Amino acid sequence: MSKTLYEKIWDGHVAAALPGGDTLLYIDRHLVHEVTSAQAFDGLRLHGRGVRRPDLTFATADHNVPTAGDRLHVEDLLSRTQITTLQRNCAEFGIEYYGMESDRQGIVHVIGPELGLTLPGQTIVCGDSHTSTHGAFGSLAFGIGTSEVEHVLATQTLRTTRSRTFAVEVEGALPVGVTAKDVILRVIRDIGAGGATGHVIEYRGSTIRSLDMAGRMTICNMSIEGGARAGLIAPDDTTFAYVAEGNRPFAPRGAALEAAIERWRTLVTDAGAAFDKTYRLDAAQLLPQVTWGTSPAMTTDVTGRVPQPDEVAFVNPQDVERAIAYMGLRAGQPIEEITVDVVFIGSCTNSRIEDLRAAARILEGRRVAAGVQVLVVPGSHQVQVAAEAEGLDRIFTAAGCEWRYAGCSMCLGMNPDQLRPQQRSASTSNRNFEGRQGPGGRTHLVSPEMAAAAAVAGHFVDVRAL
Amino acid sequence: MEAFVRHRGRCLLLDRANVDTDAIIPARFLKKIDRVGFGELLFMDVKQKDGVPVPDFPLNRPEAEGATILVARQNFGCGSSREHAVWAISQWGFRAVVAPQGGTSPGFADIFRNNSYKNGFLPVEVSETFADRLFAAGGGEVTVDLEKRTVTAHLPDGDVTETFPVPDGARRMLLEGLDEIGLSLHHVEAITAYEQARWEPGVMQV
Ligand code: SF4
Repeated sequence: MSKTLYEKIWDGHVAAALPGGDTLLYIDRHLVHEVTSAQAFDGLRLHGRGVRRPDLTFATADHNVPTAGDRLHVEDLLSRTQITTLQRNCAEFGIEYYGMESDRQGIVHVIGPELGLTLPGQTIVCGDSHTSTHGAFGSLAFGIGTSEVEHVLATQTLRTTRSRTFAVEVEGALPVGVTAKDVILRVIRDIGAGGATGHVIEYRGSTIRSLDMAGRMTICNMSIEGGARAGLIAPDDTTFAYVAEGNRPFAPRGAALEAAIERWRTLVTDAGAAFDKTYRLDAAQLLPQVTWGTSPAMTTDVTGRVPQPDEVAFVNPQDVERAIAYMGLRAGQPIEEITVDVVFIGSCTNSRIEDLRAAARILEGRRVAAGVQVLVVPGSHQVQVAAEAEGLDRIFTAAGCEWRYAGCSMCLGMNPDQLRPQQRSASTSNRNFEGRQGPGGRTHLVSPEMAAAAAVAGHFVDVRAL
Repeated sequence: MEAFVRHRGRCLLLDRANVDTDAIIPARFLKKIDRVGFGELLFMDVKQKDGVPVPDFPLNRPEAEGATILVARQNFGCGSSREHAVWAISQWGFRAVVAPQGGTSPGFADIFRNNSYKNGFLPVEVSETFADRLFAAGGGEVTVDLEKRTVTAHLPDGDVTETFPVPDGARRMLLEGLDEIGLSLHHVEAITAYEQARWEPGVMQV
């Protein structure tokens, strides 16, 4: 019988089918960070339970870590406690932990692929909704809550039910200046913030095939912003070349890698397999995207305007009005007239070396506009080292940006990197919810190129005109 | 886990769609390492601005007192996986949240829905008409019956009842207040058998 990629991975991971329709789905990689794990470890202790497979569990500190000053010193007491709690839990249960002092530290969704922990065909979970990022490798990866973290720690399985399938097909060559970020923002704009709820998306088509792994990760990362449980891209030679690259200590090598690639080639949706839903996008028509509101679906073209309240699909007019008011904008205002105070280049969506190179290409030989603060935050310690080896850090600092240490940083403002009330950002992250980057802060999501262009101009500009 | 069989309570109306988890509980409150004390932090940055309560936000209104069922619009709980969102709502005193499915949008985001079940808290997805009637009536009492999978609005012009979706597995756990991990551990032999049979592309520890 023909199967979709999702169905193949699912069927390969059923450890037990339970009466009542639940499945115990076996988990190949469990990634852990400091914010959503402490209560799960407490639960284990409370019931006298252990971690079934500490060798398949990997932890890092990313959400709370400082990105400036002394990298090893966490000023905030609560943040510090959370990080040392993770460190202690990992030591107690025998889990590999990459703390601030480790050269493997970084945003959990950046280090998984980088270290070769993320491989095609796996099931991967983490107490974090952007776990969908790892789907770029053709692995079924999704976010779970803390109770589920505890369940996976104790059993190495997840008690769950099957999702429906959703094909997102993107065909054609991307116009110059249009990126993977613009593709996914456009998809979410078109399907709505809840459009893929209950579904796992498979991204397909020539546009997707032509993207590098960084671009594919950007797309899968934001699947959750359309409500999807996970996003998948079938692995191909681009994927295998990434896994085979340089320093990926947990990836198979030599004959083991050859054998793995043979198997991974079967990880495709069979011809004739049916999806529950399909959506098609013509890449040639795409323009750079900018969000104007407080949901990632509230997006328009850079050449567009802030909409009128009754012009937005899937959103009630009063919610549009509230979003426009919160953002300090007015209906009908051209996007390119919106000025920015802060530019944030980072987060698990866009903080890989390819993203930094893209931003650096725009910033090279230019200056950040007066009064604009620009934070460039690499996704991992390794990305930082690689960027410095290429001299990207010097391009950024010469342009007037701040070059930081790795972490989640201003993506969600759990560390000191926060917007002040009413400050406006151009951000390469994935969420523009009210207060996401700091209470009262106003976030516009864009690609790294568009963020860099806004930094130079002091307002949004069409990067294609630069 | 706390059991949930049937609950009748007064509802509080929150006329918003896409209520995200950052609104329910802002990130800076996720630094705690225990599971208690989240109730008073619920909707912190929506219910107050610059330290001053926003008077017309539903949680600040007199009718919030004693309400146990929250009613909102589509796609409630979208955003992050933080279970803290469910802890905040249930510790505030809610036992269930009602939200309509409408257009392409579901009542609840997937992770929020799963997290709710694990905490004896019920996401109740209703039709748009059902939600509209509650909003039009300005509130009232609602009964959620998990055993029968029904939700009833007790409106001035009579009761309106409909069924709501809940997976069989989650329903059983909730009705009996079972320890899910304990039950899963009964399948440890199946898990071990799976581990022995499966193919794994070698974790190369360095
Ligand atoms: S970078 Fe942002 S979205 Fe990604 S894991 Fe960190 S906080 Fe979450």
